[in-house]
Amino acid sequence: MSLDRRSFLGLGAAAFAGAAITPGLRLIELVQARSPEEAASTLKRWGLLIDTTRCSDCEVCVTACHTENGVTGHGRPATDAQWIRKVTLSDKRTGHAQALPLMCQHCEHPPCVDVCPTGASFKRADGIVLVDKHTCIGCRYCVMACPYGARSFIHETVTGQKPDVPRGKGTVESCTLCVHRIDRDGQPACVDACSKDGGKAMVFGDLNDGAGELRQRLRREPSIQLRADLALNTGVRYQGL
Amino acid sequence: MATINYSELDGRSAGFFALLALLAVMVAGGLGGAWYMEHNGHYVTGMTNRIVWGVPHVFAVFLIVAASGALNVASIASVFGRELYKPLARLSGVLSITLLAGGLAVLVLDLGRPERLIVAMTHYNFKSIFAWNIFLYTGFFAIVAAYLWVMLERRMNAYSKPLGLLAFLWRLILTTGTGSIFGFLVAREAYDSALYAPLFIIMSFAFGLAIFILVLMAACGGTRRPLGDAIVVRLTALLGQFVAVLMYFVVVYHLTNLYFTGRHDFERFILVDGGVYTALFWLGQVLIGGMLPLALLFHPIWSRSRRVVAAASVCVILGGLAQIYVIIIGGQAYPLVIFPGKEVASRIFDGVIATYAPSLPEVALGVSGIALALVLTAVALKVLPLLPRSLADRDVAAVPPGNA
Repeated sequence: MSLDRRSFLGLGAAAFAGAAITPGLRLIELVQARSPEEAASTLKRWGLLIDTTRCSDCEVCVTACHTENGVTGHGRPATDAQWIRKVTLSDKRTGHAQALPLMCQHCEHPPCVDVCPTGASFKRADGIVLVDKHTCIGCRYCVMACPYGARSFIHETVTGQKPDVPRGKGTVESCTLCVHRIDRDGQPACVDACSKDGGKAMVFGDLNDGAGELRQRLRREPSIQLRADLALNTGVRYQGL
Repeated sequence: MATINYSELDGRSAGFFALLALLAVMVAGGLGGAWYMEHNGHYVTGMTNRIVWGVPHVFAVFLIVAASGALNVASIASVFGRELYKPLARLSGVLSITLLAGGLAVLVLDLGRPERLIVAMTHYNFKSIFAWNIFLYTGFFAIVAAYLWVMLERRMNAYSKPLGLLAFLWRLILTTGTGSIFGFLVAREAYDSALYAPLFIIMSFAFGLAIFILVLMAACGGTRRPLGDAIVVRLTALLGQFVAVLMYFVVVYHLTNLYFTGRHDFERFILVDGGVYTALFWLGQVLIGGMLPLALLFHPIWSRSRRVVAAASVCVILGGLAQIYVIIIGGQAYPLVIFPGKEVASRIFDGVIATYAPSLPEVALGVSGIALALVLTAVALKVLPLLPRSLADRDVAAVPPGNA
C-alpha cells in the first residue's frame, strides 16, 4: 500500500499532535496525584466491597493485616488486639452458613468519633477513621460506642512496632485501612492478600470515583451496609448477606 | 427562737484516727491497684476488649451519681425553703464534693493513660457527652464550693438561695450528662434510651440520700451530738419515696424493652438466664435495693428504729452498686447485634455472652473511691464548722430564716 501526499500529511499531523499532547496528558495525571505532604482530600472516599460468596474458610486477610501492622498477640484472645476478624454466620432458621471478614467500617458518621472526649478518634477527609495515639487517653468510650466491635484497647506493652504504624499500651486502635499504603498509592494488605491467596472477595477503591471498579460494582450489583439502620453510611459494603 | 451553732469535730479521739488510718489504708490499696494496672497494662484486670468498663467504673459511676444526690438535702433547704433541712445543708454540700472527688479519682486512675489527664483538660470534642461531663464535673466543684462558702460566711448568707438554685440546676444537668453517657450509646441493646437521664437522676436522689443518712448518723453518733427524730423521720420518708420512684423507672425501662420484640433476647438475658447479672438484678437491685428498703422505711414500727433506717440505707447503697453493675457490665456482656437473625461466632467472642471476673487491683481501686470520699469528708468535718452541735428536735424546730 502506498500513501499519497494528502494521507501522509494527515497521518503525520496526527502523529505530531499525539506526540505533543501525550506528555501533557501524563502531566495531568501527575498533577492529580497527591504528594506526601498534601493533606487528604474530600474528593476521595476510600472504601471496600466484600463479596461474602467468595469468602472461604481462610484467614489470609487477618494474617496479612496483623503482619503488615505489627499486631502481635500474647495468646490472650480476650485482651489481644484484633484489627480484623473472621466471623462465621449461621441463619437461625435455615442454618445457611457464611463467613466474612469484619473490621472498622470507616463510617461517614462514626459513633467512635462522636463520643471521643479529646478528639483523638477522628475521620480523615478521605473517610478513613483513625486514632491519634498522642491524644488518646484510654477511656475506651469509643469501644463502647462502636457498633461493630472493631476497636481494641492495648492491654499490655507493645513490642515490634512497625515504623508506619505507631501503637501504644493504654490507647485504643483499630483498622486504619492501611492508610500508610494508601498514601503511597497502594491498597490495604488484606485486599492484596485476598486477591493473591484468598477468594478474591475484596475490592478496594474510591467510592467517589464513578469510573472505578468499586463504584461500578456497587452500581451493578446489590450490596448492604452492616447496621444500615444506624444510618452511619459505612465505607465498607458487603455482598451476599 | 433557736440559732444553729456549728462546730468542727474535735477529731482527737483514738476512734477518729483509727477511722482515718483505716480509710488511708484503703486509699493506698487503690493507688497500689492503679499503679499495678498502669504498670502492667489492663490485661492484669478482669477487663477485656468486650468488657472495657469494669468494677472501677461501677464504683466511679456510683459515686458520681451519689455525689449529685447528696446535694439534695442542701437544695431542699436553700431552693425549696424547708427550714428543717438548713442545719444539714453544709454537710450535704461537702459530701457532694467529696463523693464526686472519689468517683473522679477512680475514673481517672483507670484510664489507659492516666498521665494524660491534662490532654483531657485541653482537647475537647464538643459532640462528646464525655467532654461535656468534664465541664459539668469541674463546674460542679466550683459552684458547690462557692455555695458552701456563702453558707459558711455569715455576711454572704443571703446568696445561699441563688447559689443553691444554681447548684441544684447544675446537678440536674450533671446527672443528665452522666446518664446520657449510656443513653447516647446507639449501638448496644442495653443502652440507646433517653430514659437513662431521668433514671440516673432518681438513682442519684436515692443513693446520695442513703449515703447522707449514714454519714450524718455516724458523724452525730461518733461525736455524741444529738440527732432528733424530726430530721430522721423526714429523711426516712424521703428515702422511701426516692426508692419507690427508682423502682418505677426500672419497671418502665424493662417494660419498654419487653414490648419491643427486637429486645426480647436482651431482656431474657437480664431477667431470666443471665447468670450473675440476673442474680444481681433480682436479688441485688430489686430485693435488697428496692423491696427490702421499701418494707423497712415504710413499716409503721420498724421505721422508727435508727438501726432499721441505717440498714435500709445500706441496702439502698448495695442495691445501687448491683444496679450499676448490671447496667455497665451486663450491658457490655450482652453481645452486639451486628447480624440480626444469625448465629455468630469468631475467635474474639462475637455472638456470645462475654465473661468477666473482677481482679483484686480493680476492686481495690473501686473501693478506694469510697474510702477517699469518706476520708475527705472526715477531714472537712474536722477543719470546717459543718455539723451543728445539736440536731435535737428542740434545736432545729425553729431555725430562723437565712441562717443556713
